[in-house]
Amino acid sequence: MATHKTMMKILVTVKEVATVEDEFEIEGTAIADQYLGADLNEWDDYAVEEAVQLQEAGLADEVVTVTIGPEDCEQTIRQALAKGADRAIRIWDDALEGVDLLDVGAKTELLKAVVEAEEPDLVLSGVQSGDDSFGATGVSLASAVDFQWGAVVNGLEHDLEDGVASVRRELEGGVEELTDIDLPAVLTIQTGINEPRYASLRGIRQAQRKDLDVQTLADLGVDAGAVEGDLELTEMYEPETESDVTVWEGGADDTAGQLAELLREKGVAQ
Amino acid sequence: MTDVLAVADHRRGELRDVSYELVTAGRELADVTGGDLHLAIISGPVDDFAEKANREGVDAIHTVSHGEEFNHDIYTQAIAQLYDAIAPQYVLAPNSVNGLDYAPAVADELDLPIVTDAVGLETDGQTLIANREMYGGKVETTVEVDAESALVTIRSAEWPTAEGTGDASIEALDADIDKDAIGSSVTGFEEVGGGDVDISEADVLVSIGRGIEEEENLDIIRDLADALDATLSSSRPIVDNGWLPKNRQVGQSGKVVTPDVYIAIGISGAVQHVAGMKGSETIVAINTDPNAPIMDIADYAIHDDLFDVVPALTEQFQ
Ligand SMILES: Cc1cc2nc3c(=O)[nH]c(=O)nc-3n(C[C@H](O)[C@H](O)[C@H](O)COP(=O)(O)OP(=O)(O)OC[C@H]3O[C@@H](n4cnc5c(N)ncnc54)[C@H](O)[C@@H]3O)c2cc1C
Repeated sequence: MATHKTMMKILVTVKEVATVEDEFEIEGTAIADQYLGADLNEWDDYAVEEAVQLQEAGLADEVVTVTIGPEDCEQTIRQALAKGADRAIRIWDDALEGVDLLDVGAKTELLKAVVEAEEPDLVLSGVQSGDDSFGATGVSLASAVDFQWGAVVNGLEHDLEDGVASVRRELEGGVEELTDIDLPAVLTIQTGINEPRYASLRGIRQAQRKDLDVQTLADLGVDAGAVEGDLELTEMYEPETESDVTVWEGGADDTAGQLAELLREKGVAQ
Repeated sequence: MTDVLAVADHRRGELRDVSYELVTAGRELADVTGGDLHLAIISGPVDDFAEKANREGVDAIHTVSHGEEFNHDIYTQAIAQLYDAIAPQYVLAPNSVNGLDYAPAVADELDLPIVTDAVGLETDGQTLIANREMYGGKVETTVEVDAESALVTIRSAEWPTAEGTGDASIEALDADIDKDAIGSSVTGFEEVGGGDVDISEADVLVSIGRGIEEEENLDIIRDLADALDATLSSSRPIVDNGWLPKNRQVGQSGKVVTPDVYIAIGISGAVQHVAGMKGSETIVAINTDPNAPIMDIADYAIHDDLFDVVPALTEQFQ
């Protein structure tokens, strides 16, 4: 078979995650609003970068992001656009309002509709999201749309010849698995695969003019029942600890002195 | 529909410990549902694994001899066939890197709700209740699964390993694997993180995390390590950023270390980090956040700014 290079379309799933301040309070089944911040999911930042690099290498002609989230998260979506994605899709609907925990099955239904409409050759997602850390959406989506897949990818060869992605999967204990995956595929991207860029001022300006298309369930042809989900978050609490940690108090000189004493007792630096 | 099906985890010819933990977790559920605990062993030297995994609590072992190494398509197909044959109420899989490469696909295929990374599980026979962490371990949650059947991946080292010798029936399943549906193939393995230093040999580790903020700031940590005659290690983001080489990374995907003293500086203590250092004899944490998960396993702590504490500590040894 002759080698050929086709231009690809890449879809990147991008999530805005909630970040929590050091000191916080729990109200019901959530952290009280005033202790929450928002950020582009760390893993998705690497996924966006990988897609943009594939485009810069001439292997992709379009990078589209897809996000499930309310209007508030458009700033985060613009961050991905500022880093080089071409356009964005944001899925939101009244039916999603007030859902505490959108489960993997529900996310899969929504993203599946977008994959079917956009027909990408490659979907990049993050390994997990930093807030609820399910780590399952990418692979679930692949199964639902009949794509191939690879989870926890920390290396991707930028040639994609013959419709095959050669990847490294990061296993436990410093072992990497080298795997060839047929396209179309979903890869869940691990941190460290590349060096995510900072958006340039020009990128930020351009991002304001890029398409950000909002889709409701009806637009996607997804039934409201499909996103109801079977999981319910019923409690949130601070983990019990069995810790008997000794905390040294005082100024830095005092605490450093206490620690130095401990280290000397242990024979460190003697 | 009262049985439980657990899926053993193995890699490169070794059965992994989480397999025995899955037996414990599965047994606990099956005791309540009143069903049998089945264990699936897929690919690799299955007979050898079946013998090892035949511990107390397992009722039936199903082996699927197909290929040496892990392949998610073979796993997905084999588990779907076992599911049809056994009709279990719960399916348990490891929350390992490979577990996360097949479990979500199995859930999608079988139309089961999935809960990942569970640290606790309970059932009354009807509703499954799982405990899992959020926000990098800052909070824990209870999740109720309202479905007849569900798939759960469990975090390693949360359940004790099953012991003893079991008297499970061992059956080879002649799985009908559709080879055309296999769209990925493993071409090799590589060990990474070799090189000049072996942090797992060190007696004292000064370990730095994202709290250091900038690469230039690493100098104050190097100075401390020098003053203490200690070895420098780090959490993952420092290596991801390229500030230290891979052989300095402590954790699930890096090295497992057991020094006499481990000083965690600006490290939150995410589960994947803790997996690599919880066996240290004495753990000291320097962190501005008194609620950081690292405090749960630290023996001594300073809740203060590392940029004040570290230079003061270095000075004590000069
Ligand atoms: C599949 C997989 C494998 C992984 N493998 C590993 C692994 O092998 N090793 C690993 O480490 N991680 C691993 N991770 C990543 C892990 O989940 C965490 O993201 C990572 O450990 C966080 O590193 P950190 O604690 O340095 O950063 P953060 O979680 O960002 O914590 C930084 C800490 O610094 C403190 N801090 C900030 N400023 C200061 C200051 N001035 N003074 C004192 N304290 C300060 C903060 O309070 C915070 O607690 C893995 C993740 C996945 C999904």
